[in-house]
Amino acid sequence: MTEPVKQPLAISGATPAGAAPLMEMETYRPPRNQWWDVWDQFKTHKGALFGLGFFIFALLFVYLGPLIWTIDAGYIDIRARNEGPSWVHPMGTDQLGRDTMARMMAGGQTSIAVGLTAMLISLVAGTLIGVVAGYFRRMDGILMRLTDLFLALPLLPLLLVIIMLCRDQLRNAFGPEGGIFILIVVIIGLTSWMQTARVVRGDVLALKEREFVLAAKSIGTPSRRMITRHILPNVMSPIMVSATLGIANAIITESALSFLGLGFPSDFPTWGRLLFDATDWLQSHPERVIWPGLAISLTVLSVNYIGDGLRDALDPRIRGR
Amino acid sequence: MLTYTIRRLVLAIPTLLFISFIIFLIVKLSPSDPTAGLPLTIPPEVREQIRESLGVNQPVLIQYFRWLQMMVWSEPLHMIEGWTGWQIAPDGPRIISYQTRSPVMDLIAQRMPQTLWVVGVSYIVGIMIALPIGIISAYRQYSWFDQIGTFISMLGFSVPTFFTGVLFIVIFAVNLGWFPSVYDTTLEVTDWDSFILQLKQIIMPVMVLGLFNASQISRFMRASMLDNLNQDYVRTARAKGLTEKVVVLVHVLRNSMIPVVTVIALNIPAVFGGAIITEQVFKVNGIGQLLIIAIQGGDVPVVQTVSFIFAVLIVLFNLMADVLYGVLDPRIRYD
Repeated sequence: MTEPVKQPLAISGATPAGAAPLMEMETYRPPRNQWWDVWDQFKTHKGALFGLGFFIFALLFVYLGPLIWTIDAGYIDIRARNEGPSWVHPMGTDQLGRDTMARMMAGGQTSIAVGLTAMLISLVAGTLIGVVAGYFRRMDGILMRLTDLFLALPLLPLLLVIIMLCRDQLRNAFGPEGGIFILIVVIIGLTSWMQTARVVRGDVLALKEREFVLAAKSIGTPSRRMITRHILPNVMSPIMVSATLGIANAIITESALSFLGLGFPSDFPTWGRLLFDATDWLQSHPERVIWPGLAISLTVLSVNYIGDGLRDALDPRIRGR
Repeated sequence: MLTYTIRRLVLAIPTLLFISFIIFLIVKLSPSDPTAGLPLTIPPEVREQIRESLGVNQPVLIQYFRWLQMMVWSEPLHMIEGWTGWQIAPDGPRIISYQTRSPVMDLIAQRMPQTLWVVGVSYIVGIMIALPIGIISAYRQYSWFDQIGTFISMLGFSVPTFFTGVLFIVIFAVNLGWFPSVYDTTLEVTDWDSFILQLKQIIMPVMVLGLFNASQISRFMRASMLDNLNQDYVRTARAKGLTEKVVVLVHVLRNSMIPVVTVIALNIPAVFGGAIITEQVFKVNGIGQLLIIAIQGGDVPVVQTVSFIFAVLIVLFNLMADVLYGVLDPRIRYD
């Protein structure tokens, strides 16, 4: 807590007699949304604050940047090829004269979109499986065995194989970009939900033994409302932390796939793809790998720091101090 | 402990069977045709015969069982025969690569040493870097060493290996010219000069993978040391007059190593997976590169076998981590 609002006890007459001595020890604070407390704790973590700042900057750069920097990412100006940084092209141009800054923006849109969507899929799957396994005892055994099986799968080889396999069908169905996007997002999401499921299940198991759940059950709350009203709000913090880790994981996996040449097609930039294309020009234009590499690294770093800060901020034991 | 180990071993078998079936199905369903790479002049009926000889026309389940039988029975026996020279291998068919027409296991055996060498050395380097950093960071929590250490480990954790690898190549190979950017596996270490060459070419891949591993392990080491440093037994040890060195390096370190050792064991399969990318960056012709080439060429048997080997590694090291945990910490034996 940075600076709790300290006020003298104003309403002591209204408190029950038994609580009065206790109340005098504590200072009265006006009721306040708990998310403000979380934010106060979050602010004390410098890395997390920096991470949040950079992530917002990256989002603005990628999504609002094209409104200001209006060069098309696919526009080929062959006379201006292989240029270094200048005022016309702040990040230089590539071997076809395409503006690197515009391509970084376009690539970032895809990379961040992949990160966020894949994170959402894995979060929904992980939370669903975790809550069901923790809450319904009958499902616990089978769902946890399923989780163990998924954890034992060699994910990177399988991802590569699945992409090789489904690429053409999906490309025909949803177009070259849409098909690959759906494919990559879905398979990253479906292969990274296990950690979330395990953590959520553990928390749900512990919550189920608490008195308030028993109380809610005793007044006849049906399972569905029990989960949505009582269980889910209480497992929000591990879910939010694994959300940040999920974004970082998805961005890295997508870049790795693109880097292995099995991600998005080459005319469709993502940060990983830009890095992969730039490695062909390592000898003559080594500076070209820096921008996409920096973008991936800094985004992942900032997201990881946000996760670190959130973990501290959402932990009531740390927050109270 | 023994019964627990045996029970876990027995339980690992259905897991592996299931995973092998999934891998087999996923790869089998791919539309790649083993005869697609052959010359177009081959008449269709010969093509059909080739398919017949490869056994691709049979029902999937039969193909799976044949593959499984070769995978767990004939191939290991062939491998033992290759090492020892005993005549024990059965005469039956072997898993043949579509691309090279040679047994898949021979391909893997050719490429295994490079992967093991790079991955093994980098893992050891990673551990050697990580442990001291983790210990000092925890002992001097919030000092400048700790701040820098945690920042660097966060950095190593976040920056993907394909960027650090490329960055290292730009700095050390292109600009400074200290190390070669391509790992030359034909190099044989015979004298001092070739040893220096080998050292030079292995430094970059090892540093890239090693830094990545070190950042993960040092985080665990630090957290685990911090858990133990505030325990009562530490105070007791200090109270009875042991030197600080003995307290930290004997009493605390031994207890903190328990989770770290299991994490080290658990991470080994992931390191093999990560080596796929590093091998691609530095052009090491290891198992990862074999997998990538096989995937691009639609070489079904190689993909199945390599993926299955990765799965076996994961299951095996999970098992080992669990057993190690019980061995190292008698409080949590499961029997």
